Amino acid sequence: MCANSPSFDPATELTGPMTSAVSFKQVSRHFGSVRAVDAVDLDIVPGEFFAMLGPSGSGKTTCLRLIAGFEQPTAGSISIFGERAEGVPPYRRNVNTVFQDYALFPHLNVLDNVAYGLMVKGVGKAERLKAAEEALSLVRLPGYGTRRPSQLSGGQRQRVALARALVNQPKVLLLDEPLGALDLKLRENMQEELKSLQKVLGITFVFVTHDQGEALSMADRVAVFNDGRIMQVGSPEDIYQRPKTRFVADFVGSSNVLPPDFVQRYSGQHRWGSLRPESIRVSSAASGDGVAARLVGTNYLGATTRLALDANGLMLHAVVPAGTSLPAEGEAVLLTFNRESLHLMDEPA
Amino acid sequence: MTIAAVQSNPAPAILPGSGGMRGALSDLFWRRPKLLLLLMLLPPVLWLGIVYIGSLFALLAQSFFSIDEFSGLINREFTLKTYGDLFQAANLDIILRTVTMAALVTLASAIVAFPIAYYAARYARGRWKALFYLGVMLPLWSSYLVKIYAWKLILAKEGILTWLLAKLHLLWLLDAWLSLPIVGGNSLSVSFTGTFIVFVYVWLPFMILPVQAALERVPGNLVEASSDLGASPGQTFRNVLFPLALPGIVAGSIFTFSLTLGDYIIPQIIGTSRLFIGQAVYSQQGTAGNIPLAAAFTVVPIVIMGFYLWGAKRMGAFDAL
Repeated sequence: MCANSPSFDPATELTGPMTSAVSFKQVSRHFGSVRAVDAVDLDIVPGEFFAMLGPSGSGKTTCLRLIAGFEQPTAGSISIFGERAEGVPPYRRNVNTVFQDYALFPHLNVLDNVAYGLMVKGVGKAERLKAAEEALSLVRLPGYGTRRPSQLSGGQRQRVALARALVNQPKVLLLDEPLGALDLKLRENMQEELKSLQKVLGITFVFVTHDQGEALSMADRVAVFNDGRIMQVGSPEDIYQRPKTRFVADFVGSSNVLPPDFVQRYSGQHRWGSLRPESIRVSSAASGDGVAARLVGTNYLGATTRLALDANGLMLHAVVPAGTSLPAEGEAVLLTFNRESLHLMDEPA
Repeated sequence: MTIAAVQSNPAPAILPGSGGMRGALSDLFWRRPKLLLLLMLLPPVLWLGIVYIGSLFALLAQSFFSIDEFSGLINREFTLKTYGDLFQAANLDIILRTVTMAALVTLASAIVAFPIAYYAARYARGRWKALFYLGVMLPLWSSYLVKIYAWKLILAKEGILTWLLAKLHLLWLLDAWLSLPIVGGNSLSVSFTGTFIVFVYVWLPFMILPVQAALERVPGNLVEASSDLGASPGQTFRNVLFPLALPGIVAGSIFTFSLTLGDYIIPQIIGTSRLFIGQAVYSQQGTAGNIPLAAAFTVVPIVIMGFYLWGAKRMGAFDAL
C-alpha cells in the first residue's frame, strides 16, 4: 500500500485496515450561489504529503478551511482519522494550520507565540517554554525566542509559524500557500526543508498551492482543483505525464493540448491528447516525417529555451536545452516526437 | 498608434522652465522642504505655545499664590499655603469622590463599548457600518445641555424610567437601590447613580471609537490562528483580542477618565449637592473668588492623568501601537 503508486486508488484504500487521515464524502461548501467546493470526494492517507493544487478560486483553500474547521460543509461529511468532524469547532480538532501570511501574534514574542497552543491547553510554563524552544530548534531558529515577530524576516516568520503549529503535535498539519510570500531562493530552500521535516515527523501534511512546480516537487500525491471540484488525484508523475483532462494538462506544466483530429493522425484514436513541450524535437529540415511548423517566437529561460510554434494554425510550445542551434524566427521547421510521449486523455472528444 | 504618429508630435522640452512666481515658489519649497514645514507649523505652534500652554502655566502659577482671608485680595508671593488648604479633609473628599466616579465611569464605558465596537469592527459592513457611525456620533451633534436635561427628565421621580419599572412591577428594585447609602437618594436624578448613568452615556462615544479602531486593526486570521491552536472563544478574547484592543481601551479611557475628572455641569444638574472637582473649581473661582485654590484644584486632574498615563505605559498598554 504505497501512496506513490500510480495505480493508487482511494476506494481500495478505504477497504483496507487503515483509516484515512482526512476523508471527504460528497462535501460541498456554498457561499450563496457560489459553489466554492462542490461535491468533493477525497481521501488523504496518514503520513503522506498531500498537495491541493489549483488556480485561485478553485476551492482548494476552502477545502483546507473545512479540514481546519473554519468553514462548515453545506452538505456531505468530513472525517478526520475516522471521527466525524462536522460541527466540531477548530479549537477541538487536533489539526493545526500554517497560515498564508503567518498570523503570528504581534503582542507576543516568538517563544510565547510558539508556546501559545500549549499555554491555552494549560501546560505549565517551564514545560511549554522548553517545548517551544525545541520546536524553534526544529525549524532552525534556536535562540530567537525573545524577539518580536515584527523583528523577523519573512522566511523567519514562516519558520515560527511552522514551529507554532508543530509544537502541538497535530495529527494533520495544514499549510495554506505558506511559501507564497517568499522570494525564489528562500522558497526552494523551504520546500526541501518542509519535505524533509515531513519525512522525519511522519505527520500528514496537507499543502495548498497554486504553483505546480511546488506541488510536483514536494507532494506524495496531488489533487488538482478547478471550479470547486477535484479534476484529478494522483502521484506527481501521474498528474504530469498522464493528465486526464485538458485543464490538468494545461495547468500542470503547460502541456500542449492537442485536438482529437490531430491526435487521430498519430495514434488512430479520436481523443484529446497532451504532449509535453520537452517531448517535441525541432529540426530545420524542410521536409520529412513529422509535423511541419513555423517558428514564431523564442523565449530564453536560462537552462532551456521555450519555442512558440505554429503548426498550420495549431499553436504549440517546445522546450529545448540551452545551446541547441535554432533556426531564425519565421523559418519553417519540422517537429518530431515519440508516439509514446503523446498521451491520450480521458476527456471525451 | 504607429511609431510614425508618435514621432510626428512636437518633442516636449527636456527641462521646461518653472513659469512665473508660483512656479518659482514651488521650486523653492521643493529644494528646501524644511522651509515649508516651518511655515506650516509656525501658526499652530504659536497658538499652542502661547495661548494654550501659556495660559495653563499662568493658571498653575496662581496656585502658588495665596488669598488674604480678611481682604479677599490675592497675595502674589510664592507659598505652598494654598496646597495646604487643598489637602483639607473636605477637599480630599471631593478629590476622592471625583476620582472614584471617573474610574467607575471609565470601567462601565469600556464594558459597554467593547461589544458594540467589536460588532462594528468585525461584522458590520456597508450600510450597517454607516448606521453604526451615525448611531455613535449622532448624540455628539446635539447640545450637551439638552442631552443632560433630557436625562434629568428620564431619571426624575415622575420620569419615564420610574413609569416603565412600575409597569414591569419592578419598582421595588429601584426603591431598594435608592435606599442604599451613597449611591441612593430621593430619585435617580438626585443620586450619584444618576450622575454615573449620564456620565457613561455622554462619554461612551469617546470609548467606542478608539476601541473600534483598535479592533479593526486586529487581522481576522489572528482570531482564527488562536482558535486553530486550541483556544476557546473566551481564551481567544483574553489572550489575543483584549491585549490587542488594550491600546484602544486606554486611549478611550483617557477621554472618559479625564472628561469625568473635569466636568462640572453633569454633577450640578444631575446628582447630589456634594461637589466634584469641576464644581469646586467653578465655585472657588466664581462665588468664593479664591483663584489660587481653584488653580490648585485644577492641578489635581493634571497630576492624576500624569500618573494614569505613566501607569498605563508601565502596563504595556502602548506596546502594541
